[in-house]
Amino acid sequence: MADKDKREKMPGASETGHTYENRQEIYYNDNVGGRAVFVDAKEQYDPDEPYNEQVYLPEKDRDKEPILQVNGLGIDFGGLTAVDNFNLTLGRTEIGGLIGPNGAGKTTIFNMLTKVYEPTRGEIIFNGKSTKGMNTVDINKAGMARTFQNIRLFDKLTVEENIKVALHHTTDYSLIDGMLHTPKYKHEEFRIRKEAMKYLKIFGMTKTADYRAGSLPYGAQRRLEIMRALATKPKLLLLDEPAAGMNPSETSELMETIREIRDRFQIAIFLIEHDMNLVMNICEGIVVLNYGRVIAKGWPEDIQSNPKVIEAYLGKDRGKEKKKKAKEEDIEAALAKGKLESAPSGKPDEGRKEAQ
Amino acid sequence: MADRILKSINTRGLKNAVRGSEYKKEALISYGILIGGYILLQLGAMTGLIGRNLQGQFVPICVYVSLAISLNLVVGISGELSLGHAGFMAVGAFTGAVVVRVLENGIGFAPLRLLIALLISAAMAALAGLIIGLPILGLRGDYLAIVTLAFGEIIKNFMNVIYFALDENGHLKFAFNHEIEGISNAGRVLTGPIGATGVTKIATFTYAAILTAFTLFVVLNIKNSKQGRAIMAIRDNRIAGESIGLNVKKYKLMAFVVSASLAGMAGCMFGQNFSTLAPAKFNFNTSVLILVFVVLGGIGNIWGGMIAAALLTILPEALRQFSDYRMLAYSIVLIGVMIATYNPTIKSRISAFWNKVNPFKNKDKDKGKKPKKTGKEAA
Amino acid sequence: MNLLNSLISGLSLGSVYAIIALGYTMVYGISKMLNFAHGDVIMVGGYISFIMSMYVGMNGWLALLVAMGACTVLGIVIERLAYRPLRGTGSLAVLITAIGVSYFLQNMALLIWGANPRVFPSILKGKGPYRFAGGELIISAESILTIVAIVVIMVVLTMFVNKTKAGKAMRAVSEDNGAAQLMGINVNQSISLTFAIGSALAAVAGVLMCSAYPVLMPTTGAMPGIKAFTAAVFGGIGSIPGAMIGGLILGVIEIFAKSYISTELSDAIVFACLIIVLLVRPTGLLGKKISEKV
Repeated sequence: MADKDKREKMPGASETGHTYENRQEIYYNDNVGGRAVFVDAKEQYDPDEPYNEQVYLPEKDRDKEPILQVNGLGIDFGGLTAVDNFNLTLGRTEIGGLIGPNGAGKTTIFNMLTKVYEPTRGEIIFNGKSTKGMNTVDINKAGMARTFQNIRLFDKLTVEENIKVALHHTTDYSLIDGMLHTPKYKHEEFRIRKEAMKYLKIFGMTKTADYRAGSLPYGAQRRLEIMRALATKPKLLLLDEPAAGMNPSETSELMETIREIRDRFQIAIFLIEHDMNLVMNICEGIVVLNYGRVIAKGWPEDIQSNPKVIEAYLGKDRGKEKKKKAKEEDIEAALAKGKLESAPSGKPDEGRKEAQ
Repeated sequence: MADRILKSINTRGLKNAVRGSEYKKEALISYGILIGGYILLQLGAMTGLIGRNLQGQFVPICVYVSLAISLNLVVGISGELSLGHAGFMAVGAFTGAVVVRVLENGIGFAPLRLLIALLISAAMAALAGLIIGLPILGLRGDYLAIVTLAFGEIIKNFMNVIYFALDENGHLKFAFNHEIEGISNAGRVLTGPIGATGVTKIATFTYAAILTAFTLFVVLNIKNSKQGRAIMAIRDNRIAGESIGLNVKKYKLMAFVVSASLAGMAGCMFGQNFSTLAPAKFNFNTSVLILVFVVLGGIGNIWGGMIAAALLTILPEALRQFSDYRMLAYSIVLIGVMIATYNPTIKSRISAFWNKVNPFKNKDKDKGKKPKKTGKEAA
Repeated sequence: MNLLNSLISGLSLGSVYAIIALGYTMVYGISKMLNFAHGDVIMVGGYISFIMSMYVGMNGWLALLVAMGACTVLGIVIERLAYRPLRGTGSLAVLITAIGVSYFLQNMALLIWGANPRVFPSILKGKGPYRFAGGELIISAESILTIVAIVVIMVVLTMFVNKTKAGKAMRAVSEDNGAAQLMGINVNQSISLTFAIGSALAAVAGVLMCSAYPVLMPTTGAMPGIKAFTAAVFGGIGSIPGAMIGGLILGVIEIFAKSYISTELSDAIVFACLIIVLLVRPTGLLGKKISEKV
């Protein structure tokens, strides 16, 4: 309970500019999250000598086999290398973040993980098995579910049906049963209706059960998409920009939701997000991608102070006074919007000096 | 703590949301139309209000209504354009013709003969659907449409070169692309381009109506089952469907094959209503005609398709006195109705007009709408 | 020699299909609709040319020009009245409307010109057939004309689409309707122009086809229309060179199937070839790959 109080005291998105220090405290006190142990995240990334991934697991997951291990993943689109040498290890109940500027290849990585694209190089070991030769459907059956950047719901089906479709593999009756509505059909339908309602209740959307998914408000659609993914009973949930298009209060609600999902279902979550407040608050490990390559990995505070990350987001050419001033204004503007919250927590100056 | 319910979503946004389709309501309307239509036509025939010509159309009406229902499974529920539905109808019609003739000596009870013929026709049409669907269902959109058109034409062409006949001993003989020698006219069953001959008509309005009810039962049930939901989910968003583990090809094929077998049964019934039936009947125009029913009735709307099928089968009969002009009128009506129902401007005007004159309008809904309208006007 | 004769008549028939397929493919490219009424525009072109030369007493070539003009107007009117109100409402609604237009044209022709087949006077009356190789190789004048016609049309059309401003606008609209509009291209005008060109070509195809196969009825256009549509898909619908290649290949396959396999099954063989091509290349021989962004 003490833990719960702490979490509720956690400052909201942009109401109080909560600092790096108090978030650290939250993480130390969070018995669910646990402190991840990293070697030396401030070390520069060297493509020839990648980090040893194993040590990046949060403590609570270290005694278990990681849910996802990715080694040297890469894809080329007609000679153009979109992603190269991507490595990742994700713990059983870890919330991992994947960030990077637009076009860095984040969604492409999701697409490779779910086999929408077949990777050109590298291997993906999911739940102890290589996903080589699997297609999108097999991947989902193996226990990986995802949401999409641009929401993809079954628009003309109702909310309840959207979840029932996702319960498809656990619904046990044949086409003949479905055609003739046999007692078996009735029994199973009754069961999955109850189960679908259970999900709706968890997410507080029971009222919306009969509405068409396509006509729901934006936030509810995002929620439904997560629910639908969860209904396939995944071991790993991939969220592609879950907070896109949400206002600050919706975003902080979403943060609660994501953590709640992890706690309740005890699954791993890997998410792409541009909202730094969300990423820095809920992710245990973060990977930063730029131009298809990993430029940094580590614990949120390490990422915030990593000069390569700052360079990727704010640009390189900082030597000239004018530009420096402009960038400072940029940071202030970003701060005002609640994005990149803690970016100027003293550390970015290091990056500037280095560039000079 | 584990039972903590997350904050509920902001429900204000739900005001503009649309309630989903209600299966019970849809089923009620569909069965109602079928039963009501059956009683109405029977009464009309009994009282003599409906003439001989139109009475001859009773079985075709039921058949076309069934075909509209089964095509809706592919076009409306699965979301794929099929231009070859008449092909499956042909498979059923000619299979049925052969089966009924072969059974004529063995089974005296006509309804049983018809039932067996229907089942075998369904199986054959399903087989044809499987053979066709298996390779092509990976194609998308208009490409799939043209391939179904091509298959419809191929089936028709094959029916043109298939010969079946019964010799004096009642043995069935088969020939491909040439006539069978030494067979009397009476022994002919299928004769290439001439088609089925010597059929003793055993289809009646009641049997045809029962078949239509069965088709309706199957399609409505599928729509409200795990399989139907998967099919509709794939229609709405294929990629999302794959991401939650739906086997796209399997479900598309399922819709296609079930639809084909139902069309085969309808075709069998159709064949048993005419003493002769040529393969040319099952051409592209017939496929298109069935598609027109589905589209006019509102794609995916089962009972809409039923009404459209019934009306458009009666209409040319009713317009018979205009002889030459009737097909011209039909085409103009078709274009006009399509524009009126699909053009966004005209559609909104019609619905606005309907809201004004609708005597059954829901007062609650009206209240909800009014402030919105004034808001728009102010803007 | 028999083989060569078949090949030439196949190419001749294929050229007719190709000319019709060009109309299909251009219209599909720009408005993403299957214009099933296109085949009936051919029939109208044939009848107009027939009336002009038989009753008005025009020279065959002049009659062709009149037919082209009339079909151009017809094409624009059809687009304006029947298709434009349904633009952007999904392909199925437009498809059914196109079928409605097809019925309309057929029944109109039935009312005006009757159901009896007319014998069409060849545009090259009295010329040919030419004999080569000691009389074994027979080539009709119509065959030569159709093959020459498709080559000329191909060259002119390719130049028009690639070099002229209007042609570039057409390509822009077929690539991205909305973006073209934002760039100041008059989309309506481009679409009308496409229908005009397609329909004029249909008139040419009608006259050439009826010259080679001189039977004219209200349903004359229906089957060649479907075959040409098949040809357009075969070559990759939306692609101009694809339509020509598809048309020629289809014509040759049809004639070969007719003379060496079976007359009854020739259509089935043509359609089977289409299916095989689509299974190997799902968007036709020269069609663009469709990819969906996730």
